[in-house]
Amino acid sequence: MKPLFKKAVAAISLFASGAAYAETASKGDPYQLNLTNGVTDISNQVYDLHMLMFGICVVIAVLVFGVMFISMYLHRKSRGVKPATFHESLKVEIAWTVVPFLILIGMAIPAANTLIAMEDTSEADMTVLVTGSQWKWHYKYMDREVEYFSLLATPQTQITNRYEKGENYLLEVDRPLVIPTGQKVRFLITSDDVIHSWWVPDFAVKKDANPGFINEAWTQVDVPGIYRGQCAELCGKDHGYMPVVVIAKEPAEYEAWITEQETAQRIAKEEEQRLLALSMSMEELMAEGERVYMAACAACHMPNGEGIPGVFPALKGSPMALNDIPAHIDIVLNGKTGTAMQAFDKQLTLSEIAAVVTYERNAWGNNTGEMVQAKDVNDIATGQ
Amino acid sequence: MSSATEHATTDVAHGHDEHAHDDHHHAIPTGIKRWLFTTNHKDIGTLYLWFAFIMFLVGGAMAMVIRAELFQPGLQIVDPNFFNQMTTVHGLIMVFGAVMPAFTGLANWLVPMMIGAPDMALPRMNNWSFWILPFAFAILLASLFVEGGGPAFGWTFYAPLSTTYSSDSTALFVFSVHIMGISSIMGAINVIVTIFNMRAPGMTWMKMPLFVWTWLITAFLLIAVMPVLAGVVTMVLTDKYFGTSFFDAAGGGDPVLFQHIFWFFGHPEVYIMILPAFGIISQIIPTFARKKLFGYASMVYATASIALLSFIVWAHHMFTTGMPLAAEMFFMFATMLISVPTGVKVFNWVATMWRGSMTFEVPMLFALAFIVLFTIGGLSGLMLAITPVDFQYHDTYFVVAHFHYVLVTGAVFSIMAAVYYWLPKWTGKMFDITLAKWHFWCSLISVNVLFFPMHFVGLAGMPRRIPDYALQFADFNKWISIGGFAFGLSQLIFLALLIKACRKQGEPVSDQVWEGAEGLEWEIPSPAPYHTFDTPPVVK
Repeated sequence: MKPLFKKAVAAISLFASGAAYAETASKGDPYQLNLTNGVTDISNQVYDLHMLMFGICVVIAVLVFGVMFISMYLHRKSRGVKPATFHESLKVEIAWTVVPFLILIGMAIPAANTLIAMEDTSEADMTVLVTGSQWKWHYKYMDREVEYFSLLATPQTQITNRYEKGENYLLEVDRPLVIPTGQKVRFLITSDDVIHSWWVPDFAVKKDANPGFINEAWTQVDVPGIYRGQCAELCGKDHGYMPVVVIAKEPAEYEAWITEQETAQRIAKEEEQRLLALSMSMEELMAEGERVYMAACAACHMPNGEGIPGVFPALKGSPMALNDIPAHIDIVLNGKTGTAMQAFDKQLTLSEIAAVVTYERNAWGNNTGEMVQAKDVNDIATGQ
Repeated sequence: MSSATEHATTDVAHGHDEHAHDDHHHAIPTGIKRWLFTTNHKDIGTLYLWFAFIMFLVGGAMAMVIRAELFQPGLQIVDPNFFNQMTTVHGLIMVFGAVMPAFTGLANWLVPMMIGAPDMALPRMNNWSFWILPFAFAILLASLFVEGGGPAFGWTFYAPLSTTYSSDSTALFVFSVHIMGISSIMGAINVIVTIFNMRAPGMTWMKMPLFVWTWLITAFLLIAVMPVLAGVVTMVLTDKYFGTSFFDAAGGGDPVLFQHIFWFFGHPEVYIMILPAFGIISQIIPTFARKKLFGYASMVYATASIALLSFIVWAHHMFTTGMPLAAEMFFMFATMLISVPTGVKVFNWVATMWRGSMTFEVPMLFALAFIVLFTIGGLSGLMLAITPVDFQYHDTYFVVAHFHYVLVTGAVFSIMAAVYYWLPKWTGKMFDITLAKWHFWCSLISVNVLFFPMHFVGLAGMPRRIPDYALQFADFNKWISIGGFAFGLSQLIFLALLIKACRKQGEPVSDQVWEGAEGLEWEIPSPAPYHTFDTPPVVK
């Protein structure tokens, strides 16, 4: 408890003297009491506004409560005080209406200035399309041939307390967003299903991802580093498992990274076509299928394939997984509109879809013995 | 308040006598029939208050589940889907099942006695508006046990999470909210008609006790916005089950439209839950300061201003939805304005205490705690109004801390203050003061251990409505949970006290009960007879 106490004392004494509490809490400080200062010009402005507001509120509170506590001490019946009879004073009422109003104007002006700066998304150096879906983020670099999904990287074994939790528990992803430092990055933010909210506290950027609409936000990060945030709008069962991780790199480093990604994504597409000719064995399909299922499907259909009755349908023993193979492939590829079933054509490769469909048709006692190959998936995807 | 009356007090005490000369006063039925068929404002007030207290315990039990899961990081006790059901139903029960019915119960008990009326204007509707409530909450609670579980989309039920992506039980949620809304509207109509038509001679508008004033304004807010809530839940119903697309962009709708409609209801709703609290505090402070309320008229005008402003600030709940800059500016400035009339209220209470002659009986303790803690919640509200900073606060525990300060240490503390203040009048006996003090101090300490650290984790970046969190937040969450369990247990002291009070244990009290109390309700006998003011008093 000692560090907490020391921090609290330090914080209170600084606040009381009206000085800004300039110390930035270190990453993951368990006794962080205050808003993060952040790493952008905007986040610093926001922090200053926060401290201004906080300071004014503390002064008001001290004055009001001070008068109240003095009164509670002095004007007690037990001290033999006889009550005064004064009441109603127009002058006083006007004073305590007008003075707060003037204070408000003092707050409103800097707030409006910062707000105008935050909403100015013009003249960006680059644009990233951010798309939320249950429960992952998708990043698409609008000026480059790079796009990918970003999923929680914390293993289930940590969440269910079977293994010790890592340093960045719930704040780590498989593929972070990478942006260059010193450039104005514009974010276009939208959603494929429910409303999510993309939030990085260090940038003071929080913007809702609304399905069917596109919101704009921007940041300019000058300090290279790893910045972590979370989805901030309740988006269903795994809302708490949808972190945002952004890495800011020096422009040269960023350029090298994005070029490498472009090449890798091009090669992957070519490889996918090449693999169409190859068939996988049942063991390979099941092993790959289980991996894909746990990463992409188990959140809703549950690891045991039983779903959540009334919310997410079971696959174990379901007609979808036992009967018509093309319909099964189709729903995985294209999703089902009007339900939470997403389209996985962009999220998974053809061979991954083949593997996961095979897995679903043979796991948990479904035992159809049927195998699906990448070519079968490609046929449905291309409408053959 | 001018409170001299000319009626003979013996005249009001005849209600228990079946041979009374007024033939519309039948014998009070006994057993369950008394409560089922009652049209007596006092009985209905009691029903509302007990119902609200039971719901407070049920909603509190859900909060205990939430706090137990959040005691440490990781998933321990419940799965995320059930966690979301708990946060959702906790919110719905506390808003619609605990705070609102408690205020309606107080209005039933007190408004007729304060304005010198024999009963509420529409007694049969009064019975009906109460008795549909248990059914509403039975439906809501039953939905937790159907396949797929109850509502899991937050008490704000944002579309499309509540439409396309919700569980099959959503219709149960919609119908229970409809019933709650009907109940509230009927209660509000009753309050308005009673106050307009049944004031005793001489009880002019500007002589009405502030509790009556604040409830009158609250009732108008209810009538204005409960139909909006009914509309929006119906749109959710038809979007989910009948193929409409109000909130679905694929069909030409807009999910943000939902939020505009919801918060057009939701923000006035916030004031529905706090204006009667202002009224209660304005009754209690002058009594125990033995000094008139400093600015009666300005309190009335401030209440009316808050009510009017509450209609033009709704989108401050939606700053991150991507509104145009001009809209963000408008809602920021309008929201900041609300702090002016709210400040006027706090200043008036403090000015009332100044150079009074104060004593600190239990109702006063709760009222003083209200002023301090509600003001803390109000100040964090002012911080939240500032749009650029709200981007950081929005949907974090800072918001959770804010609205629990105004609703628990605000609205709920005011209700407890009111119960302690008027309970001796209702039962004729002083409550167990030792238990009451234990209840107060345990609640006061635990509620701050519970809600104050939420400011810290919120500022440090912990989102609300998550079942699991980063390790950084673990220590404070442990404290928050401990505070939560302690606050929950403290309410059992209150339960024990209320049971003792209802068994009429305790010292008999005088008619005035509290030395400084003024107003018509303190001039009738204690306990208040079953029928009061058959002959209207004349207020000078």
